Amino acid sequence: MVYLQVIVNGLTLGALYACLAVGFSLVWGVLNVINMLHGSLIILGGYLTYFAWFHWQVHPIVALVPVAAAMFLLGWVVQASMINRLVQQPVLTTLTVTFGLDLLLYNAMNVAFDATPRRVTLDLGTLMFGSVIIAWDRIVAFVLALALTLLLYVVMRTSSAGRAIVAVRMDREAASLMGIRINRVYAMTFGIGAALAGACGALMALVFPITTNISGLLLGKAFVVCVLGGLGTVPGALVGGLVLGLVESFSGHWFGPQNAVLIGFVLMLVLLMTRPTGLLGRKGYE
Amino acid sequence: MKSAALGFSVFALLLALVPATGNNYFVQQATFVCMYCALALSWNIIGGYAGYPSFATAAFVGLGAYAGALLQNAGLPMVAAWIGATLLTGTFAAMLGFGLLRMRGHYFAVGSIAIVEILRLVAEAWASLTGGGEGLNVPILQGGPAFAGRVFLYAMLAVMVAAFVMTWLVERGRLGFGLRCIQQNEDAADMVGIDVTKYKTIGFTLSALFCGTVGAVSASWSSYIAPTDAFSILMTLKVPVMVLLGGPGTLLGPVIGAASFTVIEQTVWSRFLDYNQAALGIVIVLLIFFLPGGVLGRIGKWRAGRRRAVLVPAAPGRAQGAAS
Repeated sequence: MVYLQVIVNGLTLGALYACLAVGFSLVWGVLNVINMLHGSLIILGGYLTYFAWFHWQVHPIVALVPVAAAMFLLGWVVQASMINRLVQQPVLTTLTVTFGLDLLLYNAMNVAFDATPRRVTLDLGTLMFGSVIIAWDRIVAFVLALALTLLLYVVMRTSSAGRAIVAVRMDREAASLMGIRINRVYAMTFGIGAALAGACGALMALVFPITTNISGLLLGKAFVVCVLGGLGTVPGALVGGLVLGLVESFSGHWFGPQNAVLIGFVLMLVLLMTRPTGLLGRKGYE
Repeated sequence: MKSAALGFSVFALLLALVPATGNNYFVQQATFVCMYCALALSWNIIGGYAGYPSFATAAFVGLGAYAGALLQNAGLPMVAAWIGATLLTGTFAAMLGFGLLRMRGHYFAVGSIAIVEILRLVAEAWASLTGGGEGLNVPILQGGPAFAGRVFLYAMLAVMVAAFVMTWLVERGRLGFGLRCIQQNEDAADMVGIDVTKYKTIGFTLSALFCGTVGAVSASWSSYIAPTDAFSILMTLKVPVMVLLGGPGTLLGPVIGAASFTVIEQTVWSRFLDYNQAALGIVIVLLIFFLPGGVLGRIGKWRAGRRRAVLVPAAPGRAQGAAS
């Protein structure tokens, strides 16, 4: 049963993709900003986790929380000081400015840490399940990725901050009239997006070698997941991530891993042209 | 408009005279200026006039580079290969535009970036045709570096002039009017009887055409191409930034932006190799925050402010406010 293994691989990968894209999707859906920084934020989170583990032997799962908190602060500051002033501008402006910030962060990380691939190796062994083999660190990453995604869902559903974010996403003007401070919600949303990117980076460092060179690749995944699942919702990102994971896993199995990324992009483009609101998307989101 | 054409003619003439200095470095830099001016003028048609945030420039440049290189390797003369690459890129853009231009705003931006990535991945995967990640060699032009440098400078100069003439015709004609209407309100433009699909597709094709030529010429120039250089994400970002720097939707803006950007890049931050991308990032951030509308937009505002100052002499403070 080789297909069972392919499915398991696809699902473990897909949960990571969902976690990777959910923050990006939130920022895009609420702020209407394509955050080109997202890939580099993931790498930064991964590096922070790696260095905490390498220098101070902090367990990555323990490091997850402070890393996410630090990234939240960074995201908050970037949004409050810069992007808030441009939110109403056309996409050309916002995309270009976040791209510029991405170049800055990317370059700073290359200078500070260089681009050597780094990975947290915990050596947890593997789990044999019939003929299916899964590495334990993948299972840990899978469970945590799902847990983080679920946590965001709960926060968005139940907390007043989450409700405010959803309200602003639905109607900015009406939310403003109800006394919601828009700029604060934006800063918080961007902070949450950055925190999730950082947490996802921490999980990625468990599974893959992290290097600055893959930040563009990760950003591309976030694009694809968002388009697959539709914008701004947690279930959308989850479905999009799992679908992309399975698609990559199967196309890698059939056509070779070098073509898996290409197939993901082509799928996205076809979907953009035919069904731009995504698999779960509602109509009317532009 | 006449002064813009005059200014451009002087600029082109100065570039044409660069080989007289006898310095090959200057010739190379002038070629870069011509190349980026041609790309910026091309992008301006879809990005400036029509207001579609296209990040597909590198896709067309890369496609042109590969098409030109393959045609040349197949035995075609150099110039014929360039023309073939131009036509192929134009055809590709026309077909692509049919699907891509149905999207707007953010989706269009993401879709256009995806085109660059897809073409790069195809070039990497299709090794039997493109040489894959190892790249492709192109025959070197005989006659020594000084001669080759001149040939490529004049080739790029010709492309730049052609792109300017194209922009000039677009600006004067119905197409420019239609694209401007689309930029301001596409639904309204559709309502008053502008064939938006046709205009957008023509605009998109025109904006890709000379990118293909630039790609083919630069492939012959560097005599080697590889997927990551040909389909460069940095280039796809740089070109819109140049236009934003000069002033989008104007005749001279892209030229001013591309020329000043290239000169600054080559003289200032090429000295900081480790901080090259950070410098570009800082330029972008400063540009967006402190120079929205570009250099020409700034001058236009300043002029409008002065005009108002003449009309309302009693309120110089207000006029200053409008200018700043």
